[in-house]
Amino acid sequence: MAQTTIKPVKSLAAPTNWKTWLGVVPFFLFAILFLFLPSLRLFTASFSSPDGSFTLDNIIQLVSEPFIVNAYKLSIQISAVTALGGGILGFLMAYSVTVGGLPKPLRSALITFSGVASNFAGVPLAFAFVATLGRQGFITHVLRDYLGINLYDAGFNLYSFAGLSLVYMYFQFPLMVLIMAPALDGLKNEWREAAENLGASTTQYWLKVALPVLLPSILGAMILLFGNAFGAYATAYALTGGRIGIVTIQIGAQIRGDVLYNPGLGYAMAIGMVFIMAISLAGYSWLQAKTERWLK
Amino acid sequence: MSFLSRLRRFPFWSWVWFIVGALYFILPLLATFEFSLTWDPAIPFKAYQRSFEDKDFWETFIYSNVLALATILFSILLIVPTAYWIRLRLPEARRIVEFITLMPFVVPAIILVFGMIRIYSAPFNVPFTDIQIMQPLTNFKAGTNVLIISGYMVLAMPYMYRSVDTGMRTVDIRTLTEAAQSLGANWFVIISRIILPNIRSALLSGALLTFAIVVGEVTLASFLGVDAFGPYLFLLGQHRAYEPAALSFVSFLLTWLAMGLIQLVSGGQGQAAGAH
Repeated sequence: MAQTTIKPVKSLAAPTNWKTWLGVVPFFLFAILFLFLPSLRLFTASFSSPDGSFTLDNIIQLVSEPFIVNAYKLSIQISAVTALGGGILGFLMAYSVTVGGLPKPLRSALITFSGVASNFAGVPLAFAFVATLGRQGFITHVLRDYLGINLYDAGFNLYSFAGLSLVYMYFQFPLMVLIMAPALDGLKNEWREAAENLGASTTQYWLKVALPVLLPSILGAMILLFGNAFGAYATAYALTGGRIGIVTIQIGAQIRGDVLYNPGLGYAMAIGMVFIMAISLAGYSWLQAKTERWLK
Repeated sequence: MSFLSRLRRFPFWSWVWFIVGALYFILPLLATFEFSLTWDPAIPFKAYQRSFEDKDFWETFIYSNVLALATILFSILLIVPTAYWIRLRLPEARRIVEFITLMPFVVPAIILVFGMIRIYSAPFNVPFTDIQIMQPLTNFKAGTNVLIISGYMVLAMPYMYRSVDTGMRTVDIRTLTEAAQSLGANWFVIISRIILPNIRSALLSGALLTFAIVVGEVTLASFLGVDAFGPYLFLLGQHRAYEPAALSFVSFLLTWLAMGLIQLVSGGQGQAAGAH
């Protein structure tokens, strides 16, 4: 009798059979319907010719059509520039509030602000930058009235590569701060003391001890930043109204109406993008695994 | 000498980097706020008054909030039982489910909506026949609502899953479950009355992050033709000057509010997400 009362408790540790898998069916069903099927549809369509037969033409055009190659080039450039710029500024800011010796309250203020800024994107962010660096923007006016510098005469344009990069940086470097602050906390004091006892200078400590330990997390974070910019659409669209030819904007135009005059090519562009994002995520997780060796 | 050593200890470069970054943060907000006030010197908050008087603003804004609430509710319904079941009974599924929850990082919003439109703009037929069961989801309002909420659930999945899973790590769900079972509770009671209250702060931070992603979202909303706040703000920006600045500043305050609340309930690290 006693055995029957503990039966349900015992079943917790029972070996899994197919019935146990029923518990995750809703999740898998959802993922299939709204994540896999849509992706798979784009994937198969990118290997289809207009009459429905199998073709590699779309994939070949992806790497040979100058219009598309340029879109990818522009997207990769803008993502790389903002990942690098945002990465460096973010790292330096994270450094300043962790091991850099700034007062403690600044740290929590920075972390909160980074959480806000890395989520502040899309249309409002674009509008904020128009009010800042647009032709009638605040900084544009201040520079012109007080310093006699006319940004737009000097060749600057908010609606160009440089302008869009500045806007992207607004959500890029806070993300770097959020990732790097815990990593910098992981630097152990003993390492610094040991290095100093052995007669190392601060520069030597950073070059030979701290940076090599931090390198995987710095690179990993920058890859994440890269993907973050690469997949961005709303910010660029709101800022330029679709006049800057990055991949996401071209795909958007293709969804609105077949601007490439070849639906298959549009699908192929989308799949090429997923491919690049997948490579970045794989690189990130690989570096993440390396990071955990030193920083816990 | 003492002055020099104090000077050396003063973290000069740390201050420089911090101030450069802080200016980057603050100047655009300051500029937006300043610009939004310049419409009419006599009525400084005219842009805000006009924005809030607009019927369309309230309609789209409320609609976006409802979408956010629905996304949060259905995400919890989907993810909590899944994460719970994996921790308790199905650790084998952990890797694959975690992998799936990372997929939205690989499939950006624009690609997701592209695929969704291509799949769900076709009518549902009985397999291998032309007999139509249902018209395309993209053709009627309830259908686009299903699509956009599902899409938002996908976008929020990495953050929601991670929040819930971290929350469950800190409470001993196995012991709680065994205790509840020995008192005769069924699965529904265990999840709704035992597990959910115990991970409420994790749920709240996941929910607020989802809110921050959904309320201003543009990509899915505009391609699915949903009259949400994001597309409204975008269109407003096409033909007005001051109201969009005012509403951008308001959106920023809202994001700030959501993130501030996350800090309060989690007391720890900020999180980052976003529909960029």
